[in-house]
Amino acid sequence: MRSIEDLEGICTELRVSILRMIAAAGSGHPGGSLSAVEVVTALYFAELDYRVGEPRWAGRDRFVLSKGHGVPVLYAALARAGCIEQAELPKLRSFGSPLQGHPDHVRLPYMEAATGSLGQGLSVAVGMALAETLDDINDYRVYCLLGDGEIQAGQVWEAAMSAAKFGLENLTAIVDYNKVQLDGHVSTIMELEPLADKWAAFGWHVIQLDGHDLRRVLQALEEARKEKARPTVIIADTVKGKGVSFMEDTYAWHGKAPNAEELERALAELGVGGAA
Amino acid sequence: MGKATRAAVGDALKKLGETHPRVVVVDADLSCSTQTRGFGESYPERFFQVGIAEGNMVGVAAGLALGGMVPFASSFACFITGRFEQIRLSVGYNNANVKIVGTHSGCGIGEDGYSQMGLEDLAVMRSLPNMVVIQPADAIEAEKATEFLADYDGPAYLRLTRQGLADIFDASYRFEFGKGVELRTGTDLTIVATGGVVAYAFEAAERLAAEGLDVGVVNMHTIKPIDVGLLREVAGRTERIMTVEDHGVVGGLGSAVVEALAEIPGTSVHVHGVRSYGESGTHADLYAHHRLDAEGIAAVAKEFAWPAERAEATG
Repeated sequence: MRSIEDLEGICTELRVSILRMIAAAGSGHPGGSLSAVEVVTALYFAELDYRVGEPRWAGRDRFVLSKGHGVPVLYAALARAGCIEQAELPKLRSFGSPLQGHPDHVRLPYMEAATGSLGQGLSVAVGMALAETLDDINDYRVYCLLGDGEIQAGQVWEAAMSAAKFGLENLTAIVDYNKVQLDGHVSTIMELEPLADKWAAFGWHVIQLDGHDLRRVLQALEEARKEKARPTVIIADTVKGKGVSFMEDTYAWHGKAPNAEELERALAELGVGGAA
Repeated sequence: MGKATRAAVGDALKKLGETHPRVVVVDADLSCSTQTRGFGESYPERFFQVGIAEGNMVGVAAGLALGGMVPFASSFACFITGRFEQIRLSVGYNNANVKIVGTHSGCGIGEDGYSQMGLEDLAVMRSLPNMVVIQPADAIEAEKATEFLADYDGPAYLRLTRQGLADIFDASYRFEFGKGVELRTGTDLTIVATGGVVAYAFEAAERLAAEGLDVGVVNMHTIKPIDVGLLREVAGRTERIMTVEDHGVVGGLGSAVVEALAEIPGTSVHVHGVRSYGESGTHADLYAHHRLDAEGIAAVAKEFAWPAERAEATG
């Protein structure tokens, strides 16, 4: 088990990777990648059971990134874990790279499902969790990270209803509640509150926490594992663009790459010199 | 009249449940209509009722497939293929081993009217690169196609009828994926048909034969990948080919045949199908109106293949 300090160090590394790969690609979504760093770090460096070099190992825990545009954080984590080469990261979004602009299950076997057309990932995760209940050999859990704007889509609530109906205790959903979506603040685009009440009304075990507090995230994941007969949702209160002051809490950095000067400033804030 | 293809597939699934432990069924509150209820009663642990939420159904089916199961997700053709966005990403792009079953296809459903008719489903399903598209012509073929699909690894669309269909094949019939079936050969015109209208096309050919017109009939059960070899062969035999389907004239069998034969010089194809939104009426009323019964198909064939004769007759 890694220490919290180790995990915090990894978070900074992932933020640096995210910014560098998006800058290299010249496009991408930094805001919603940076907001999910602690959650993804907790998953890939403490919670998930998976095998480096064996992406389709039948016993692995499944992670579905429903907010597919946030995939740079996942690529960064996979590279840090040794699943993909660090040298692949700058090829993000380039022709021939398995690191597609949004997750590609066929080109990159570490991606559990193609996502990016928002609202679909939780349904797929429900299907995977059902498959696990029919699997006599393997025991695994299914995790699904949702964007907050994404859960404005009706299909998410169809999926939420079905997960509760089937009593999927092996399913944990996490909402990256960074309060900002492409066109502006979530509260002005389409308010989600009272969000915890909504999930509870749909039959879910709800935990709401500071999504940048690794200790709390780890505790919540453990609590979810112990929950019986119903799925758990962790509503992670986060900050869009977390860690880079000029990217925080603004829709301007939802889907824009930093230029060289902006990258340098951002990395300096993260304590890294040089924008190599 | 024989069984509806939906009933045949329902029975086949129930049988397959025994030999194929990974076959599961996902339903959206239509199991009585789509006839997957029998499977659900026999294998309740492998039957997932998601309610009237077809988008979620498609996604859940994709997840089940990615988890190693062989899901059949079933609804009316228009409702399930209406969730095209979910089908294209969660099923198609993932190359998930999901069998999408669309029942109640075409105007042949009758009284319920347009809102329940699948008339565009072939067009959208054919558009996905890895999607296989099959439409059986009778109950036996439907049963055999279902057996094939249970063992086929990859996304597929199976298009079925609400109404009972005349039996064309017997139990000895062997379903060959991707291979059209020549029910009769002709030298003047070949009708390429699919689904419930195949029997009517055959009857139309017999009527025309009685008038001395030699018309071949091909049952094209696999619409994608289409049997290009057979199409080229019949195009070599008869310059004129007429396609018949209970589906809109854009994007279905007719389009597939035209695409396959576009580079063959000297071939003329007439696409016959539904040219408007549907409406309520009996099956017979609607097939007469859209000229999809034997009489209508024969008349359209004559207008296409023997226009001069028709002009003479009416002139």
